[in-house]
Amino acid sequence: MLNLQYYNISVMNLRINRKRYKVDVPEEMPILWVLRDVLDLTGTKYGCGKGLCGSCTVLLDDVAIRSCSTPVIAAEGKHITTIEGLESYNKKLQQSWEECSVPQCGFCQPGQLMNAAGMLKDNPNPNKEEIQERMYGNLCRCGTYKRIQDAIDLTINS
Amino acid sequence: MKNIENYSRRNFLRNMGLASGALVIGTTFVSCETQASVPAGPSFEPNLFVELKPDGTLVLLCSRSEMGQGIRSSITAIIADEMEADISKVEIKQAIGDERLGNQNTDGSRSIRNFYDTMRMLGATTKAVLIQAAANTWAVNPSECRAENHKVVHPMSGQELGFGELVETARELQVPATADLKDKKDFKFIGKKLKNKDLGAFLNGSATFGIDIRLPGMVYAAIARCPVAFGTLKSFDDTEARKMYGVLDVFEIPPIDRAFGCLGGVVVLATNTWSAFQAKDALKIEWEYGENRDYDTDSFISDLKSRLDSDEALLVNEEGDVDAYFKKANKIVEATYSIPHLAHAPMEVPNATALVKADSCEIYAPVQNPQSVQEELEALLGFSKENIVVNVSFLGGGFGRKSKCDFVVEAAWISRKIDKPVQVVWSREDDLRHAYYHANSTSYLKASLNDKGQAEAWLHSSAAPSIASTFNKGADQSASWEMGQGMTSIHYDVKAKRFVNPSAKAHVRIGWLRSVYSIVHSHSVNVFVDELARAAERDILDFRLEMIGPDRFYPEIPAGEEAGKHAFHTARLKYVLQEAAKSINYGADLDEGEGIGLAEHYSFRSYVASAVKVKMVDGKVKVKEIHTVIDCGQVVNMDAVLNQIEGSAIFGMSIALHSKITAKDGRIEQSNFHDYVLTRIDELPEIKVTVVDSEAAPAGVGEPGVPPIAPAIINAIADATGVYHRDLPLADHGLV
Repeated sequence: MLNLQYYNISVMNLRINRKRYKVDVPEEMPILWVLRDVLDLTGTKYGCGKGLCGSCTVLLDDVAIRSCSTPVIAAEGKHITTIEGLESYNKKLQQSWEECSVPQCGFCQPGQLMNAAGMLKDNPNPNKEEIQERMYGNLCRCGTYKRIQDAIDLTINS
Repeated sequence: MKNIENYSRRNFLRNMGLASGALVIGTTFVSCETQASVPAGPSFEPNLFVELKPDGTLVLLCSRSEMGQGIRSSITAIIADEMEADISKVEIKQAIGDERLGNQNTDGSRSIRNFYDTMRMLGATTKAVLIQAAANTWAVNPSECRAENHKVVHPMSGQELGFGELVETARELQVPATADLKDKKDFKFIGKKLKNKDLGAFLNGSATFGIDIRLPGMVYAAIARCPVAFGTLKSFDDTEARKMYGVLDVFEIPPIDRAFGCLGGVVVLATNTWSAFQAKDALKIEWEYGENRDYDTDSFISDLKSRLDSDEALLVNEEGDVDAYFKKANKIVEATYSIPHLAHAPMEVPNATALVKADSCEIYAPVQNPQSVQEELEALLGFSKENIVVNVSFLGGGFGRKSKCDFVVEAAWISRKIDKPVQVVWSREDDLRHAYYHANSTSYLKASLNDKGQAEAWLHSSAAPSIASTFNKGADQSASWEMGQGMTSIHYDVKAKRFVNPSAKAHVRIGWLRSVYSIVHSHSVNVFVDELARAAERDILDFRLEMIGPDRFYPEIPAGEEAGKHAFHTARLKYVLQEAAKSINYGADLDEGEGIGLAEHYSFRSYVASAVKVKMVDGKVKVKEIHTVIDCGQVVNMDAVLNQIEGSAIFGMSIALHSKITAKDGRIEQSNFHDYVLTRIDELPEIKVTVVDSEAAPAGVGEPGVPPIAPAIINAIADATGVYHRDLPLADHGLV
């Protein structure tokens, strides 16, 4: 039998990419899995589950967060922007990524893009050190960092 | 055209998934590297096609997996260029696993080098058929017509017909006896920087990776596996796990003792991945650890090192009298090297979705080899291969991990048991603790120098568990192809060589990781040559060039191969080395604490040299510049080559600086990215890639950029400090 003392299951109202969703899940369920397994918004990726790789990055009210380690209750009353909503949030960033042909396998790129979007919202003109510090948490096993750096530079300078 | 035919009216088309009413030109492609276990398609069935629909859409079937190398874009470039097709009208269809397509295993950096000539011919022949169709329509001589931008034109009359409009007529035609290939100077796409066809999908979240598959009624599964390789389940207590939110069931999965079978363990079934992971961690399990329970990588490496120069080691090959040269040597240099286990750690963890029915199944998975999935599931389920449909998604990185389909076997086993679609997802911890690890390795090199500072005797001993052990558990000697990746194949111009291979037993699953044993041999050989040059008090670049020796094929042109097509030629290796040295301004004055290192390596039929500049600050190393020069023959997709070689620099930096998998008491000690460390953007050096303009046949690109990076970094540090750090990673020496 389900042991409810483990969980606070409640109906939560979420706003994701300007759309409203209602979910009925444990409050501690990470945003990542609500997006992927409850709402089928699979653009946000699982990479490590511990906030170590950045693949799961989304924006919570303009702030880049690791959705794998943020409980869904933290999103109540706030607005989540995922890769599916990036085009209307920061199209220029997406275009720079395209211009620089950044991706190889493409898997980490939603997280890279959302992290960069959060960084630029906070600081529209970061220098190289600030970019490296802010993008440090996003791993790319294909090693596309040079092009990520170029694409961020292009976004800033265009 | 020999072997190329117009198949538009043949019956087999429907069961190959091709549309009726289209122009279909096809050929039977048999690779010289096809594995014996995978038969090529029967000779009357083609396995490479061009399919042109009446609306002008050009459908190309991609039988290779897309894992970041851009193969879907490269195939498009080759066919569209020879056909004079409009690249935007190309639709790529990802092939399911199908033995009629020939070997689909996407590894060994060979997709382009195997298919290039045939694909060009196919494009050129299709163009010729379309020109003939237009000429017939207009009642003119085909030589007066030409194809351009997806249409055929007749300049004398000003008439033109789109490719799509020509389909109906072209379907009835025989292919011409000959078709001319384009001149290199006329290429529009081949060798140019092309946008990845799937770029848009990668940037808006719509690209479907294996882990993104969602089937109606699907449940999620996580599996607890024994922390010691090949250990077995004794008992488990699932009381707590079953109380958890979303948990549907808990049961045992047995091990399946095949190379790509599965390790077995305890399955947690849940309504979502998070619940499955949580409940898996709440299981209380007793394991029978088995014979690998004492595996300790530190003592394993020490033991291998102690036996590198022993008489019991297997003598692999000897050319010339090595001992005689050692006896009369002016100087003898020797050194021992090691590299730990590595894990692939693709950003997308292993995962698979399976729906097994009574006599057929549907698989959706990020696999490098859908045919090996069919083989495994044929053995597991007893279905015939045509009833095992393997849909290949995008791969969120492969690096060799996803050609071992144990995770698909798990999904199929579970789906059969529960009679539902299921997605098995490995956690990152699972991925790092139950990988098919890159072999941990030790190497011992010894060489003699004469009074002119020239190397004469060369002894190389290498001990590392073999990938063969994954297929045959007792195997404890290196396979000859493993030693052929830069050890026994070494082209150095010395008087005598001896190659030795002490035994090394595997205690975990050993598998190929990007660049495979070239990582091992490029490291030890390139650092040792550097050490040798310094011992000889010679200029390092001169010494390296002298070691490679006079311009020549080495060892010789392989039988049955056109001269120069794929045979190794020393001049090409020397050229990339000299260019890399030039690129980094080798020989110029350096700032305080700086050093420059060189390394060159031939692998996957490409010639690569890297020159690295480091700066030592407070005893820590900062990689400042990596200059890589590659000669991979004719380039198909320049942007893909640049991206791969840039990425290889980062992959190589991870190996040099950070990554290691260690075992204690049989258990892998690392669990996630905090302790399996990879290079991050803060370490990004200046990366410069130069691609040699070459007329030679296309060669591999995905792997050959990795092997020179780590030794070039080690050599650069030695240039700055005088110390060679022979055991990787550098983090173990306090340098990071």
